[in-house]
Amino acid sequence: MAERSEEVKLLGMWASPFSRRVEIALTLKGLPYEFSEQDIANKSPLLLQSNPVHKMIPVLLHNGKPISESLVILEYIDDTWQHNQILPQDPYDKAIARFWARFVDEQIYVTAMKVVGKVGEERDAAVEATRDLLKLMEKELVGKDFLGGESLGFVDIVATLVAFWLMRTEEVVGVKVVPVEMFPEIHRWVKNLLDVDVIKKCIPPEDEHLNYIRARMDSLKLKSV
Amino acid sequence: MVDEVILLDYWPSMFGVRTRIALEEKNIKFDYIEQDLCNKSALLLEMNPVHKKIPVLIHNGKPVCESLIQVEYIDETWPRENPILPSDPYQRAQARFWGSFIDKMLPGLGKLMWGVKGEEQEAGKKEFVEMLKMLESELGDRTYFGGETFGYVDIALIGFYGWFDAFEKYGNFSIEAECPKIIAWAKRCVKRDSVAKSLPDSEKVTELVPELKKKKRVG
Repeated sequence: MAERSEEVKLLGMWASPFSRRVEIALTLKGLPYEFSEQDIANKSPLLLQSNPVHKMIPVLLHNGKPISESLVILEYIDDTWQHNQILPQDPYDKAIARFWARFVDEQIYVTAMKVVGKVGEERDAAVEATRDLLKLMEKELVGKDFLGGESLGFVDIVATLVAFWLMRTEEVVGVKVVPVEMFPEIHRWVKNLLDVDVIKKCIPPEDEHLNYIRARMDSLKLKSV
Repeated sequence: MVDEVILLDYWPSMFGVRTRIALEEKNIKFDYIEQDLCNKSALLLEMNPVHKKIPVLIHNGKPVCESLIQVEYIDETWPRENPILPSDPYQRAQARFWGSFIDKMLPGLGKLMWGVKGEEQEAGKKEFVEMLKMLESELGDRTYFGGETFGYVDIALIGFYGWFDAFEKYGNFSIEAECPKIIAWAKRCVKRDSVAKSLPDSEKVTELVPELKKKKRVG
């Protein structure tokens, strides 16, 4: 399927939900790519050159041209390789999908970070706030197998952040942020995700991931002391 | 079928301006309904239950929320007239990147306008100026961010222009001194009907600020 030389390279980080979502998209499209693990603490010249504005991963390099910001990258992938569409075709459905994607990144992610980063009362407040946001996601899943409807779509890919990052922190943090009694639809959705080969292939391996989250949490705690 | 387009908005909103401009660019007739943000209407709460914020675009009864999402929706729904996003996927990605960047200017502006006088305000001003300089560098010597055509990034940023006088007054600085090319660009944009019709009156915005400050202290 490659014409001339389609060079696709991803500057990413194995434990980052933003990096992994790009890998999911590339894999869904059957696109071969070179993955380049980046050291965030010691940023490579290529990363700094490719994303001079934010100096962050993920960055997609397509035939050498950089695209930054995971949501922008996902849309670029869908615009460029139009088979196996990730976003809905209808403008209204697209607008709704974009709304929920932003909701995950700008609301859920920001609030959920405080669950890991804070302790005591501040953490409890963060848990409450995260649950309030998740209730909206829960409602969206009623009667649907995926947030995208019958099959995996843009919002599901973005919301893997909830399924495989937020929910994994529960074990490390020792707080059931997303209990099944409160969020049966979300739990059902996670099971549906795990049935999708591409998802299984593209999410970080659980044990390594938990160790990583544990280590990060410890370092955050040390910083706040 | 006649399209019914309603915009729930608040006249000084930097975000509402974006949607207004997009609608004007496409020559779409719409009903503008001014919202009282201290006393939110049942319609607003029904149409944006998640964030309860303006602007809300209602097209044939269906709501679209978030200004940049609305701009893309308008471009995709009425594609023929005055395209807003470029057709090339790479150019589109660049446009979306800068749109997202412009939205990230908000926290800095928040500190500048509503923050504690002194350190917090200064930090906000510095952040805003730094980001505006990056945009200026991106603009370079082009007429618009999209090149010769007025488009998405121009729309994303020009909404802030109605507030420039207020930023300058409360931040005690000159945006033109810091970013002359941005001011030149803004003046070009204002010559466009869609922008002239949609931008709020700068003086009225600046006059509104003390009232907004009071509300934010109480709220």
